[in-house]
Amino acid sequence: MIAVVGLVIGVVAGLVLQPTVPVGLQPYLPIAVVAALDALFGGLRALLDGLFDDKVFLVSFLSNVVVAAFIVFLGDQLGVGSQLSTAVVVVLGIRIFSNAAAIRRHLFKA
Amino acid sequence: MAPSDDPRDAPQDDPQPDATGQDRSAPGGWRRLAEALRPRLSRSQLLAGVLCAAVGFALVVQVQQSASDQLSSARQEDLVRLLDEVTQRADRLDDEVARLEATRDELASGTGQAQAALELARERAQSEGILSGRLPAEGPGVEISILDPDGRLAAAQLFNVLEELRNAGAEAIELNGVRLVTSSWFVDRDGVIVVDDQELSSPYRWTAIGDPATISPALEIPGGAFATVRNKGARVTLLSQDLVQVTAVRAPEEPEFARPQEPRE
Repeated sequence: MIAVVGLVIGVVAGLVLQPTVPVGLQPYLPIAVVAALDALFGGLRALLDGLFDDKVFLVSFLSNVVVAAFIVFLGDQLGVGSQLSTAVVVVLGIRIFSNAAAIRRHLFKA
Repeated sequence: MAPSDDPRDAPQDDPQPDATGQDRSAPGGWRRLAEALRPRLSRSQLLAGVLCAAVGFALVVQVQQSASDQLSSARQEDLVRLLDEVTQRADRLDDEVARLEATRDELASGTGQAQAALELARERAQSEGILSGRLPAEGPGVEISILDPDGRLAAAQLFNVLEELRNAGAEAIELNGVRLVTSSWFVDRDGVIVVDDQELSSPYRWTAIGDPATISPALEIPGGAFATVRNKGARVTLLSQDLVQVTAVRAPEEPEFARPQEPRE
């Protein structure tokens, strides 16, 4: 419940504050958001598996975000930034799908 | 490690568990979810709340960012490519504009010349249509009526009148509804005067377009056309008008032998 409340608070804060993303962060924010979504789904699945651990959740969340952003940063330095961000988005998308499938099996048995 | 972010350790264990396992975990899934949703002030709940808030915040910020301006989040090389494409496209469009303008100018001058030629041809067709009897005409002229109730006149006298009208510059002449043209002819046939295959009878009514001040003295010359007609015992009246109408028309015949001469260099 607190997680849902937190999500709502975050969305409202974003809508109200309307911050501008710093130019240096602009290429990495979308990737970081996708990575964080992946971590959220992984956490929900772990919860349903009965394996949820807050420390692991925190670490996986932060490392997901940092690693994704770092890969994109590295790609930018190497001149293949757009291709690498596409690769990261594809991989994270596949993981989100598989996590969502596991959650679905838990909840709906289908 | 807990399976929060690793897809490989968990999916294998529960894709198709046996029926009892499914039954056991069916309420279990929902119960666990409900348990987790129950508000408690535990560390993990707070952590999840904070992280969810961060995700929501970042999500909304990014959505607004990409919705507000597509270009500001684009990479430098993308922007350069975009600029390149736009420049090339603008160049191509400029070329096309120049080409189309040249075509337009060409067409405009062409239609101008064609228009002038058409005007000239139309004017010429009108004046020649009047002279050849193809078109009805109106203008200043004279109306002549020759009364010959006893039938003493012959074709020669009427032909005299026509010749005199032509000499005086009449441009369109009509006699009893027959338009007189260059090929018109008069003949006596069984005591009746025939003009262009049409039999005439008294009174002979002429309408001629031309300068009345020239025509009427020309006809009245002593020993001229009217004098001859009066000598035969017919009565002649001439009326000068500011506006007379020659309504009879004659379709020009296609020349059988004569052809237009080729223009010489």
